[in-house]
Amino acid sequence: MFISMFGAVETGLLYALMALGVYLSFRVLDFPDLTVDGSFVTGAAVSAVLIVNGQSPLTATVLAVLAGFAAGCVTGLIHTKGKINPLLSGILMMIALYSINLRIMGGQSNVPLLNQSTVFSSITSFWENLHLSAPFNSVLTAIGISNTPSTWGVLFFSLLLTLIVKYITDYFLKTEVGLALRATGDNKKMIRSFSANTDGLIILGIGLSNALVAMSGALIAQQGGFADAGMGVGMIIIGLASVIIGEAIFGTKSIARTTLAVIGGAIIYRMVVSLALRVDFLETGDMKLITAIIVVAALITPKVLESRREKRRRLRKRKELANAATTKKGADQDAAT
Amino acid sequence: MLRLEQVSLTFNEGTMDEKSALQDVNINLDTGEFLTVIGSNGAGKSTLMNVISGSVIPDTGNVFIDNKAVTPMQEHKRSQMIGRVFQDPMAGTAPSMTIEENLALAWARNKKRTFKLGVNKKRKNLFQEHLETLNLGLENRLSAKVGLLSGGERQALSLLMATFTEPSILMLDEHTAALDPSRAELITNITDNIVKKFELTTLMVTHNMQQALDLGSRLIMMDKGQIILDVSGEEKQNLTIEKLLNEFQRIRGEQMANDKAVLG
Ligand SMILES: Nc1ncnc2c1ncn2[C@@H]1O[C@H](COP(=O)(O)OP(=O)(O)O)[C@@H](O)[C@H]1O
Ligand SMILES: [Mg+2]
Repeated sequence: MFISMFGAVETGLLYALMALGVYLSFRVLDFPDLTVDGSFVTGAAVSAVLIVNGQSPLTATVLAVLAGFAAGCVTGLIHTKGKINPLLSGILMMIALYSINLRIMGGQSNVPLLNQSTVFSSITSFWENLHLSAPFNSVLTAIGISNTPSTWGVLFFSLLLTLIVKYITDYFLKTEVGLALRATGDNKKMIRSFSANTDGLIILGIGLSNALVAMSGALIAQQGGFADAGMGVGMIIIGLASVIIGEAIFGTKSIARTTLAVIGGAIIYRMVVSLALRVDFLETGDMKLITAIIVVAALITPKVLESRREKRRRLRKRKELANAATTKKGADQDAAT
Repeated sequence: MLRLEQVSLTFNEGTMDEKSALQDVNINLDTGEFLTVIGSNGAGKSTLMNVISGSVIPDTGNVFIDNKAVTPMQEHKRSQMIGRVFQDPMAGTAPSMTIEENLALAWARNKKRTFKLGVNKKRKNLFQEHLETLNLGLENRLSAKVGLLSGGERQALSLLMATFTEPSILMLDEHTAALDPSRAELITNITDNIVKKFELTTLMVTHNMQQALDLGSRLIMMDKGQIILDVSGEEKQNLTIEKLLNEFQRIRGEQMANDKAVLG
């Protein structure tokens, strides 16, 4: 149980990068971008193929991010210059990327990374050389958890990386360019009248969004030990689930709060999935169905809660009115006698 | 400062909905002139604004700002020189962003947007100083979301955002029409103050004839895509609503059909 939750937090932190990307497109730009399903795989494929061909994991990951950025820019171009609606632009790019990803992977649908050096193998060996896991594990044993994780390096690395990306995102969204990007999602007519090139901003924003998605894909591939042509299916829904769950639980008071919420949402989503998979009759193949149900539930629950609160409020008001009426009647009767 | 030469525009040419919105419009506006524009619904007033701002491209004719032909320039390039306030109070601001962020967006109008913070200490002070001139207490609410402001407050903020970078041209399109009378008066006063303070070259469309007479140094009346009356100087000073209506009847040979015009 502890180990599976530990794993959920680890992968959740990596998927959180993808969720931040989805936050940029869906929430900041108000652009429902389905490129994500393809660009996630693009990130995974580029990094896996480069690593297999002897590139350093760092170079491979950086190039994967650039590939994702390029893919997003193309979606932005199709939408702004081709005047095609956002959903369709994203779907077109997603389909195109399926073929492109297969090409990147040399026609194979799966590129294994077994026994290759990855970002994570480097981190783990660095971490273990410093013997940093032992203290954490002894704390665990002390509180009675005997099944301790093999390394804490991956967790801390993922946490550090995700927080760095979060802070850069927060900062960017407050810069002059970032403000114009947010205004583009908020009121295009207005920001155009303040001399911002909304087409350029949309292209930049969708590019950055998919750069984050591809970074997430590249890291998930290296952590899981393979890139697969099908690993991006439904990724956009997972990203959306993370954003919605996070926002509902942690709130959206400020940008910094919201990006933190999105990261939290990604981790909680992973935990829910790994709990669901512990249920006997559910199988790995059911994950997408579970995801869809989670998203629907996350979208409906706030509305149900709100309407129940309203109903209770009305009931209370009516009761108060009725009570007031009876006490008044009682007082009248008292006065009469 | 602003010059329109033989600008014409027809919407939906060759269809049932064909509509000649501007017919051979010529305007020459000097620096610092304040032009009020009146005319019935559909006369082409908004289209005139859109042609100047670049959100609509005329079929023929040219627009010059500072003696530079701007017709081929894209809207976002042109808007470095043009401040605009729209009729809809929702249109001029970004509702989910704060007052200071909105002002920062406006501040960057005539500069290159960079990767530096849009709101910093120095700019906050600048924004506060400008907000104080509105006398609405907005200077104490810098980090409030603009979506929470009332229509009048938003319109005042829009006006400030459109003007405090001192654009070459200010265009106001019925910017008080969606407000209740007392708010409208407030915004009208603020408009008058701001235009005087920054000595802006201004075009103001209004449905309120009295407002068109009270404000500005020059007045044009439009009808069916044409400018049918153009008065300035002393003649403008001595103009009354009655004279305007008579003038319309003399030129067009019919009563002014304007259900929207507010005469008082
Ligand atoms: N985008 C458009 N497409 C078609 N017709 C338009 C468009 N914009 C304005 N028109 C028409 O052009 C005429 C002038 O409109 P407008 O400039 O908005 O008038 P107003 O003087 O009331 O502001 C109207 O008849 C209007 O219906
Ligand atoms: Mg109009």
